[in-house]
Amino acid sequence: MTEAAALAVTDVVAGYGSVAVLKRVSITARPGTITAVLGANGAGKTTLLRAISGFVRTRGGQVTLDGVSLIKLAPDHIARAGVAHVPEGQGVITELTVEENLKLGLLLRTRAERAAALDDTYGKFAILADRRRRLAATLSGGERQILVIARALLSAPRVLLLDEPSLGLAPRIVAQVLDLIRRLRDEAGLTVLLVEQNARGALSIADHGVVLNLGKVVADADAATLAADVQLRQHYLGF
Amino acid sequence: MQEFVEFTLGGISDGMIYAAIGLSLVLIWRGTRVLNFAQGGMAMFTSYIAIIVINAGGSYWLGFGVALASGLLLGAVLERVVVRPTTGKPPFNAVIVTLGLLILIEGVAGIIYGSKNRSFPAAYSIVGAKIGNFALGAGSSPTAIFTAVSVLAAAGLLALLFRFTPVGLRMRAAAFSGTVAQLMGIRVGRMTTLGWALAGLIGALAGMLVTPQTFLYPNSMDSIFVLGFTAAVIGGLDSPVGAIVGGLILGVLLNYVTGYVGSNLPELAGLAVLVLVLMFRPSGLFASTATRQV
Repeated sequence: MTEAAALAVTDVVAGYGSVAVLKRVSITARPGTITAVLGANGAGKTTLLRAISGFVRTRGGQVTLDGVSLIKLAPDHIARAGVAHVPEGQGVITELTVEENLKLGLLLRTRAERAAALDDTYGKFAILADRRRRLAATLSGGERQILVIARALLSAPRVLLLDEPSLGLAPRIVAQVLDLIRRLRDEAGLTVLLVEQNARGALSIADHGVVLNLGKVVADADAATLAADVQLRQHYLGF
Repeated sequence: MQEFVEFTLGGISDGMIYAAIGLSLVLIWRGTRVLNFAQGGMAMFTSYIAIIVINAGGSYWLGFGVALASGLLLGAVLERVVVRPTTGKPPFNAVIVTLGLLILIEGVAGIIYGSKNRSFPAAYSIVGAKIGNFALGAGSSPTAIFTAVSVLAAAGLLALLFRFTPVGLRMRAAAFSGTVAQLMGIRVGRMTTLGWALAGLIGALAGMLVTPQTFLYPNSMDSIFVLGFTAAVIGGLDSPVGAIVGGLILGVLLNYVTGYVGSNLPELAGLAVLVLVLMFRPSGLFASTATRQV
């Protein structure tokens, strides 16, 4: 695993057309931690991740990875810099097999590393090893989520952006996915920026939390503090 | 019986040429969802480059190689300079651009090379084989065999490229989901350029194979393009294998029409097949998706 990096978003303004979705948003993800980004629909969570990974142009502010600016870089360039983004809706290429999807993650690795990295992934995710020859279209929702996270990890990212990884999954699978994210921090020391509507689940594994509302940061504190704030939970987090 | 064998072998040989054009269209369609109406014009232009090399004293094979290299380069340059600016715009823009390209290429060819028909050498003899007194027709000639082998070899090499190489995986990922490909660090634009370059190469191959039969002039590939397009549509437009099978079906069918019904009818029959396929099976025989807008 590549050494984890710090991701800093400072006063970012971004949106679509004339509509500004993010209004001077600032968030810092420290190396080797999970930072949960929470908020209701329309708060700007997905736009934040898309702005970091270059799919939405920022109109102001700064995004840096270990102090190096990512602003104005193309999405593929940002990916090669070490930011792996797992988009909402999973991002599996259903026309490719499970193994071919995984090999996409290996394209950023050296040839010498590829075979061992793939074997290591199959060792960690037996379900993917069992289904390696199948088309990704045949996987269940939970299996697809594991596939896209495993694929992102194969690219040896410095920061992992996860957009609603529990969306549409059964509660038992959600617990497995959250446990997987926790292990990525604990065992691999990965920096994770986790966007979730499942605030309770996200805060249970996160070190730090940020709450967005209508494109602005309304709370920024360690996860335990946010989880203990009854008023904040009732107003913005729905639990 | 002799006629049937002759028409069938001739159909296979012609079908391989339609398949090559169809394959070049599929390569671009899969990657960019653009139908390149200039593909025939590009093939015509590279054939002119080949005949200039050959007439200047170069060998046929030097002309052949230069034509393929020109096709590769022409495809890449046209994508980068003319087609790329239509990315993200309404799909109709790209259609108009490729139609405009066709008119431009044919116009430039007319200005540079004139509009007279030029004969074009074949790779090998065009005399068909015989088994005793049983003549197999031009479809069994060394040139016809070369046509079939070269198109199948090109298709096989493309299949190997797509299936077993990292660059092939990049191209497929970029074709199926540009967004996911970018997330994986793939330069989607480069993959698109490469797809157009390969399509230009396959189109140039088709031009070299068909021009000995048609003569060479600025519009010489127009009807071949329509038949290649029909082959691609029969195959589903998304499927390289479908383009090959579609080309073979069309080639054999049109040879039967020519042989048994009338020699003036094949182009009309080709258009009829195109209309029928679009009416009754618009997703083709090998489409990866169930429906497609036409």
